[in-house]
Amino acid sequence: MTQDWPLFEVFIRSRSGLEHKHVGSVHASDARMAIEHARDVYTRRQEGVSLWVVRSSDIMASDPAEADALFEPARDKVYRHPTFYAIPDEVKNL
Amino acid sequence: MSAANAADEMKGQSLNAQLSNDARLRYVLRLGDTSLVLGQRLGEWVGHSPALEEDLGLANLALDLVGQARLLLSYAAEIEGKGRDEDALAFFRDAPQFTNLTLAEQPNGDFAQTLVRQFLLDAWQLEIYEGLASSSDTRLAAIAAKAVKETRYHFRFSSGWLIRLGDGTEESHRRAQNALEGIWRFTDELFVADEVDEQVAAAGIAPRLADLQPRWSAHIDEVLGGATLQRPASIPYPWHGKRGVHTEHLGHMLTEMQHLQRTYPGAQW
Repeated sequence: MTQDWPLFEVFIRSRSGLEHKHVGSVHASDARMAIEHARDVYTRRQEGVSLWVVRSSDIMASDPAEADALFEPARDKVYRHPTFYAIPDEVKNL
Repeated sequence: MSAANAADEMKGQSLNAQLSNDARLRYVLRLGDTSLVLGQRLGEWVGHSPALEEDLGLANLALDLVGQARLLLSYAAEIEGKGRDEDALAFFRDAPQFTNLTLAEQPNGDFAQTLVRQFLLDAWQLEIYEGLASSSDTRLAAIAAKAVKETRYHFRFSSGWLIRLGDGTEESHRRAQNALEGIWRFTDELFVADEVDEQVAAAGIAPRLADLQPRWSAHIDEVLGGATLQRPASIPYPWHGKRGVHTEHLGHMLTEMQHLQRTYPGAQW
Protein backbone atom coordinates (compact mmCIF):
# COMPACT_ATOMS: atom_id res chain seq x y z
CA MET A 1 0.00 0.00 0.00
CA THR A 2 2.73 2.43 1.04
CA GLN A 3 4.55 2.10 -2.26
CA ASP A 4 1.47 3.55 -3.99
CA TRP A 5 1.55 6.69 -1.88
CA PRO A 6 3.76 9.53 -3.09
CA LEU A 7 6.45 10.98 -0.86
CA PHE A 8 6.12 14.43 0.72
CA GLU A 9 8.91 16.46 2.30
CA VAL A 10 8.07 17.92 5.71
CA PHE A 11 9.09 21.34 7.02
CA ILE A 12 8.45 22.53 10.58
CA ARG A 13 8.56 25.99 12.07
CA SER A 14 9.61 25.40 15.64
CA ARG A 15 8.55 28.81 16.98
CA SER A 16 6.85 31.91 15.70
CA GLY A 17 9.35 34.15 13.96
CA LEU A 18 11.68 31.34 12.94
CA GLU A 19 11.86 29.79 9.49
CA HIS A 20 10.47 26.40 8.46
CA LYS A 21 13.17 23.75 8.46
CA HIS A 22 13.27 20.46 6.64
CA VAL A 23 12.86 17.59 9.10
CA GLY A 24 12.14 14.53 6.94
CA SER A 25 9.45 12.99 4.79
CA VAL A 26 6.20 11.03 4.93
CA HIS A 27 4.20 8.93 2.52
CA ALA A 28 0.62 10.07 1.92
CA SER A 29 -2.08 9.75 -0.70
CA ASP A 30 -2.87 13.47 -0.72
CA ALA A 31 -1.76 16.77 0.76
CA ARG A 32 -4.27 16.70 3.61
CA MET A 33 -3.10 13.24 4.67
CA ALA A 34 0.50 14.43 4.36
CA ILE A 35 -0.15 17.23 6.86
CA GLU A 36 -1.78 14.74 9.24
CA HIS A 37 1.06 12.26 8.87
CA ALA A 38 3.63 15.00 9.36
CA ARG A 39 1.77 16.10 12.48
CA ASP A 40 1.56 12.55 13.81
CA VAL A 41 5.14 11.58 13.00
CA TYR A 42 7.12 14.79 13.58
CA THR A 43 5.28 16.94 16.15
CA ARG A 44 4.58 14.44 18.94
CA ARG A 45 6.93 16.24 21.29
CA GLN A 46 5.92 19.84 20.65
CA GLU A 47 8.47 20.28 17.89
CA GLY A 48 6.55 22.97 16.09
CA VAL A 49 3.80 25.51 15.58
CA SER A 50 3.46 25.30 11.80
CA LEU A 51 3.89 22.65 9.10
CA TRP A 52 4.61 22.72 5.39
CA VAL A 53 4.51 19.68 3.17
CA VAL A 54 5.49 19.56 -0.47
CA ARG A 55 5.52 16.67 -2.89
CA SER A 56 9.09 15.44 -3.16
CA SER A 57 8.65 15.17 -6.93
CA ASP A 58 7.93 18.91 -7.07
CA ILE A 59 11.33 19.78 -5.66
CA MET A 60 13.96 20.58 -8.26
CA ALA A 61 17.32 19.57 -6.86
CA SER A 62 20.84 20.34 -8.02
CA ASP A 63 22.71 17.49 -9.63
CA PRO A 64 25.53 16.13 -7.43
CA ALA A 65 27.53 15.52 -10.62
CA GLU A 66 27.50 19.27 -11.20
CA ALA A 67 28.69 20.09 -7.69
CA ASP A 68 32.16 21.01 -8.94
CA ALA A 69 30.80 23.52 -11.39
CA LEU A 70 28.17 24.90 -9.05
CA PHE A 71 30.01 25.19 -5.76
CA GLU A 72 33.77 24.89 -6.24
CA PRO A 73 34.21 28.34 -7.82
CA ALA A 74 33.12 30.00 -4.57
CA ARG A 75 35.91 28.36 -2.63
CA ASP A 76 38.68 30.87 -3.44
CA LYS A 77 36.50 33.99 -3.21
CA VAL A 78 37.42 34.72 0.39
CA TYR A 79 36.84 38.42 -0.24
CA ARG A 80 33.10 37.69 -0.25
CA HIS A 81 33.21 37.24 3.51
CA PRO A 82 33.07 40.47 5.49
CA THR A 83 35.77 39.15 7.79
CA PHE A 84 38.19 39.40 4.84
CA TYR A 85 38.33 43.16 5.27
CA ALA A 86 40.30 44.95 7.94
CA ILE A 87 38.29 47.81 9.37
CA PRO A 88 40.38 50.96 9.96
CA ASP A 89 40.24 52.06 13.59
CA GLU A 90 38.98 55.47 12.47
CA VAL A 91 35.75 53.99 11.12
CA LYS A 92 33.02 54.21 13.75
CA ASN A 93 29.56 52.82 13.87
CA LEU A 94 30.11 50.13 11.27
CA MET B 1 -41.39 27.00 58.79
CA SER B 2 -41.63 24.50 61.61
CA ALA B 3 -38.63 22.59 62.82
CA ALA B 4 -40.10 19.37 61.44
CA ASN B 5 -40.62 20.98 58.03
CA ALA B 6 -37.10 22.37 58.03
CA ALA B 7 -35.72 18.91 58.83
CA ASP B 8 -37.78 17.41 56.02
CA GLU B 9 -36.55 20.15 53.72
CA MET B 10 -32.92 19.41 54.59
CA LYS B 11 -33.44 15.72 54.20
CA GLY B 12 -34.94 16.38 50.78
CA GLN B 13 -31.99 18.51 49.77
CA SER B 14 -29.41 16.01 50.85
CA LEU B 15 -31.33 13.27 49.06
CA ASN B 16 -31.23 15.44 45.93
CA ALA B 17 -27.54 16.05 46.33
CA GLN B 18 -27.02 12.33 46.76
CA LEU B 19 -29.06 11.52 43.68
CA SER B 20 -27.24 14.04 41.60
CA ASN B 21 -23.90 12.79 42.92
CA ASP B 22 -24.76 9.21 41.95
CA ALA B 23 -25.79 10.42 38.52
CA ARG B 24 -22.64 12.49 38.27
CA LEU B 25 -20.50 9.47 39.14
CA ARG B 26 -22.24 7.25 36.64
CA TYR B 27 -22.07 9.89 33.93
CA VAL B 28 -18.34 10.52 34.42
CA LEU B 29 -17.70 6.77 34.46
CA ARG B 30 -19.54 6.36 31.16
CA LEU B 31 -17.46 9.04 29.49
CA GLY B 32 -14.24 7.61 30.95
CA ASP B 33 -15.09 4.03 30.02
CA THR B 34 -15.98 5.01 26.45
CA SER B 35 -12.63 6.76 26.01
CA LEU B 36 -10.72 3.91 27.64
CA VAL B 37 -12.34 1.14 25.60
CA LEU B 38 -12.00 3.04 22.33
CA GLY B 39 -8.38 3.87 23.16
CA GLN B 40 -7.61 0.22 23.89
CA ARG B 41 -9.21 -0.82 20.60
CA LEU B 42 -7.08 1.65 18.65
CA GLY B 43 -4.02 0.46 20.54
CA GLU B 44 -4.59 -2.99 19.07
CA TRP B 45 -3.54 -1.55 15.70
CA VAL B 46 -0.04 -0.70 16.87
CA GLY B 47 2.39 -2.67 14.73
CA HIS B 48 -0.36 -3.77 12.33
CA SER B 49 -1.34 -0.59 10.48
CA PRO B 50 -1.09 -0.41 6.70
CA ALA B 51 1.71 2.18 6.90
CA LEU B 52 4.15 3.41 9.52
CA GLU B 53 2.55 6.87 9.43
CA GLU B 54 -0.91 5.40 10.14
CA ASP B 55 0.52 3.30 12.94
CA LEU B 56 1.69 6.46 14.66
CA GLY B 57 -1.50 8.31 13.79
CA LEU B 58 -3.76 5.68 15.37
CA ALA B 59 -1.45 5.37 18.37
CA ASN B 60 -1.66 9.13 18.88
CA LEU B 61 -5.46 8.97 18.91
CA ALA B 62 -5.30 6.06 21.33
CA LEU B 63 -3.00 7.96 23.67
CA ASP B 64 -5.29 11.00 23.63
CA LEU B 65 -8.24 8.75 24.53
CA VAL B 66 -6.39 6.93 27.30
CA GLY B 67 -5.33 10.33 28.64
CA GLN B 68 -8.97 11.43 28.72
CA ALA B 69 -9.91 8.17 30.41
CA ARG B 70 -7.29 8.74 33.12
CA LEU B 71 -8.65 12.21 33.94
CA LEU B 72 -12.26 11.03 33.90
CA LEU B 73 -11.71 7.82 35.87
CA SER B 74 -9.59 9.63 38.46
CA TYR B 75 -12.43 12.09 38.90
CA ALA B 76 -14.97 9.26 39.09
CA ALA B 77 -12.88 7.57 41.77
CA GLU B 78 -12.85 10.79 43.79
CA ILE B 79 -16.62 11.22 43.52
CA GLU B 80 -17.07 7.61 44.55
CA GLY B 81 -14.85 8.12 47.57
CA LYS B 82 -14.19 4.46 48.25
CA GLY B 83 -10.42 4.61 48.02
CA ARG B 84 -10.26 3.34 44.46
CA ASP B 85 -8.14 5.09 41.83
CA GLU B 86 -8.08 5.24 38.01
CA ASP B 87 -6.13 1.97 37.79
CA ALA B 88 -8.49 0.11 40.10
CA LEU B 89 -11.40 1.24 37.94
CA ALA B 90 -9.67 0.35 34.69
CA PHE B 91 -8.16 -2.98 35.63
CA PHE B 92 -10.27 -4.44 38.41
CA ARG B 93 -13.79 -4.09 37.13
CA ASP B 94 -15.42 -6.78 34.99
CA ALA B 95 -17.41 -6.20 31.83
CA PRO B 96 -20.80 -5.72 33.55
CA GLN B 97 -19.31 -2.86 35.57
CA PHE B 98 -18.04 -1.11 32.45
CA THR B 99 -20.46 1.50 31.18
CA ASN B 100 -18.95 2.49 27.84
CA LEU B 101 -21.10 2.96 24.76
CA THR B 102 -21.56 -0.36 22.97
CA LEU B 103 -20.22 1.17 19.75
CA ALA B 104 -16.79 1.77 21.33
CA GLU B 105 -16.19 -1.91 22.12
CA GLN B 106 -16.92 -3.21 18.62
CA PRO B 107 -13.93 -5.05 17.12
CA ASN B 108 -11.47 -3.28 14.83
CA GLY B 109 -12.34 -5.39 11.79
CA ASP B 110 -10.60 -4.00 8.73
CA PHE B 111 -9.21 -0.48 8.46
CA ALA B 112 -12.55 0.85 7.18
CA GLN B 113 -14.46 -0.58 10.14
CA THR B 114 -12.01 0.99 12.58
CA LEU B 115 -12.22 4.36 10.88
CA VAL B 116 -16.04 4.35 10.58
CA ARG B 117 -16.36 3.50 14.29
CA GLN B 118 -13.86 6.24 15.06
CA PHE B 119 -15.66 8.78 12.91
CA LEU B 120 -19.07 8.15 14.49
CA LEU B 121 -17.65 8.39 18.01
CA ASP B 122 -15.40 11.37 17.26
CA ALA B 123 -18.44 13.30 16.06
CA TRP B 124 -20.28 12.28 19.25
CA GLN B 125 -17.42 13.17 21.60
CA LEU B 126 -17.01 16.48 19.81
CA GLU B 127 -20.59 17.45 20.68
CA ILE B 128 -20.31 16.13 24.24
CA TYR B 129 -17.05 17.90 25.04
CA GLU B 130 -18.17 21.15 23.46
CA GLY B 131 -21.33 20.97 25.54
CA LEU B 132 -19.39 20.13 28.70
CA ALA B 133 -17.23 23.23 28.29
CA SER B 134 -20.05 25.17 29.98
CA SER B 135 -20.79 22.50 32.60
CA SER B 136 -21.72 23.61 36.11
CA ASP B 137 -19.13 21.04 37.18
CA THR B 138 -15.87 22.97 36.81
CA ARG B 139 -13.70 19.85 36.99
CA LEU B 140 -15.63 18.26 34.14
CA ALA B 141 -15.53 21.54 32.20
CA ALA B 142 -11.73 21.64 32.53
CA ILE B 143 -11.33 18.05 31.35
CA ALA B 144 -13.63 18.76 28.40
CA ALA B 145 -11.71 21.91 27.47
CA LYS B 146 -8.55 19.81 27.07
CA ALA B 147 -10.29 16.90 25.39
CA VAL B 148 -12.17 18.97 22.84
CA LYS B 149 -8.94 20.10 21.17
CA GLU B 150 -7.80 16.51 20.85
CA THR B 151 -11.20 15.46 19.58
CA ARG B 152 -11.23 18.13 16.87
CA TYR B 153 -8.10 16.55 15.46
CA HIS B 154 -9.58 13.05 15.81
CA PHE B 155 -12.60 14.16 13.82
CA ARG B 156 -10.43 15.78 11.17
CA PHE B 157 -8.38 12.57 10.93
CA SER B 158 -11.31 10.14 10.75
CA SER B 159 -13.54 12.27 8.51
CA GLY B 160 -10.62 12.70 6.09
CA TRP B 161 -10.31 8.93 5.95
CA LEU B 162 -14.05 8.45 5.46
CA ILE B 163 -13.93 10.69 2.40
CA ARG B 164 -10.78 9.04 1.10
CA LEU B 165 -12.18 5.54 1.51
CA GLY B 166 -15.74 6.29 0.41
CA ASP B 167 -14.71 8.37 -2.58
CA GLY B 168 -11.65 6.22 -3.31
CA THR B 169 -11.56 2.94 -5.20
CA GLU B 170 -14.46 0.59 -5.77
CA GLU B 171 -12.99 -1.71 -3.12
CA SER B 172 -12.48 1.00 -0.50
CA HIS B 173 -15.98 2.35 -1.12
CA ARG B 174 -17.48 -1.12 -0.72
CA ARG B 175 -15.62 -1.71 2.53
CA ALA B 176 -16.52 1.68 3.99
CA GLN B 177 -20.20 1.25 3.14
CA ASN B 178 -20.18 -2.28 4.60
CA ALA B 179 -18.57 -0.98 7.78
CA LEU B 180 -21.21 1.71 8.08
CA GLU B 181 -24.05 -0.78 7.57
CA GLY B 182 -22.45 -3.12 10.09
CA ILE B 183 -22.18 -0.76 13.05
CA TRP B 184 -24.86 1.83 12.39
CA ARG B 185 -27.23 -0.08 14.68
CA PHE B 186 -25.07 0.91 17.65
CA THR B 187 -25.56 4.63 17.07
CA ASP B 188 -29.02 4.81 18.61
CA GLU B 189 -27.51 4.41 22.05
CA LEU B 190 -25.48 7.59 21.57
CA PHE B 191 -28.55 9.78 22.02
CA VAL B 192 -31.09 7.74 23.96
CA ALA B 193 -31.20 9.46 27.35
CA ASP B 194 -31.84 7.40 30.47
CA GLU B 195 -32.35 8.69 34.03
CA VAL B 196 -28.63 9.39 34.47
CA ASP B 197 -28.48 11.55 31.35
CA GLU B 198 -31.64 13.35 32.37
CA GLN B 199 -30.43 14.06 35.90
CA VAL B 200 -27.03 15.42 34.86
CA ALA B 201 -28.68 17.55 32.18
CA ALA B 202 -31.20 18.91 34.68
CA ALA B 203 -28.37 19.74 37.10
CA GLY B 204 -26.52 21.66 34.36
CA ILE B 205 -23.66 19.17 34.54
CA ALA B 206 -23.99 17.88 31.00
CA PRO B 207 -25.63 18.92 27.73
CA ARG B 208 -29.00 17.43 26.86
CA LEU B 209 -28.47 14.54 24.44
CA ALA B 210 -31.56 15.46 22.42
CA ASP B 211 -30.03 18.89 21.78
CA LEU B 212 -26.83 17.35 20.42
CA GLN B 213 -28.34 14.83 18.04
CA PRO B 214 -29.29 17.22 15.20
CA ARG B 215 -25.76 18.69 15.11
CA TRP B 216 -24.17 15.23 15.20
CA SER B 217 -26.49 14.11 12.46
CA ALA B 218 -25.64 17.12 10.29
CA HIS B 219 -21.89 16.51 10.76
CA ILE B 220 -22.33 12.88 9.77
CA ASP B 221 -24.42 13.69 6.70
CA GLU B 222 -21.97 16.32 5.52
CA VAL B 223 -19.02 13.92 5.62
CA LEU B 224 -20.96 10.96 4.23
CA GLY B 225 -22.03 13.18 1.34
CA GLY B 226 -18.41 14.06 0.58
CA ALA B 227 -17.54 10.38 0.89
CA THR B 228 -20.35 9.33 -1.49
CA LEU B 229 -21.54 6.92 1.22
CA GLN B 230 -25.18 6.18 1.97
CA ARG B 231 -26.44 6.82 5.47
CA PRO B 232 -28.06 3.54 6.62
CA ALA B 233 -31.68 3.58 7.69
CA SER B 234 -32.00 3.99 11.42
CA ILE B 235 -32.60 0.70 13.19
CA PRO B 236 -33.74 1.45 16.73
CA TYR B 237 -32.28 -1.20 18.94
CA PRO B 238 -31.91 -0.98 22.69
CA TRP B 239 -28.17 -1.39 23.25
CA HIS B 240 -27.29 -0.79 26.86
CA GLY B 241 -23.51 -0.61 27.07
CA LYS B 242 -23.78 2.46 29.24
CA ARG B 243 -25.89 0.43 31.66
CA GLY B 244 -23.33 -2.39 31.75
CA VAL B 245 -25.00 -4.71 29.25
CA HIS B 246 -22.45 -5.42 26.54
CA THR B 247 -21.85 -7.36 23.38
CA GLU B 248 -19.60 -10.39 23.79
CA HIS B 249 -16.63 -8.41 22.45
CA LEU B 250 -15.94 -6.36 25.56
CA GLY B 251 -15.07 -9.30 27.80
CA HIS B 252 -12.45 -10.56 25.36
CA MET B 253 -10.95 -7.12 25.06
CA LEU B 254 -10.79 -6.67 28.83
CA THR B 255 -9.15 -10.07 29.27
CA GLU B 256 -6.19 -8.81 27.30
CA MET B 257 -6.22 -5.28 28.70
CA GLN B 258 -6.42 -6.36 32.33
CA HIS B 259 -4.25 -9.46 32.16
CA LEU B 260 -1.06 -7.95 33.54
CA GLN B 261 -2.66 -6.12 36.47
CA ARG B 262 -4.76 -9.15 37.38
CA THR B 263 -1.69 -11.38 37.33
CA TYR B 264 0.62 -8.94 39.12
CA PRO B 265 -1.68 -6.55 41.01
CA GLY B 266 -0.16 -3.11 41.42
CA ALA B 267 2.74 -3.85 39.06
CA GLN B 268 4.44 -0.70 37.80
CA TRP B 269 7.16 0.09 35.30
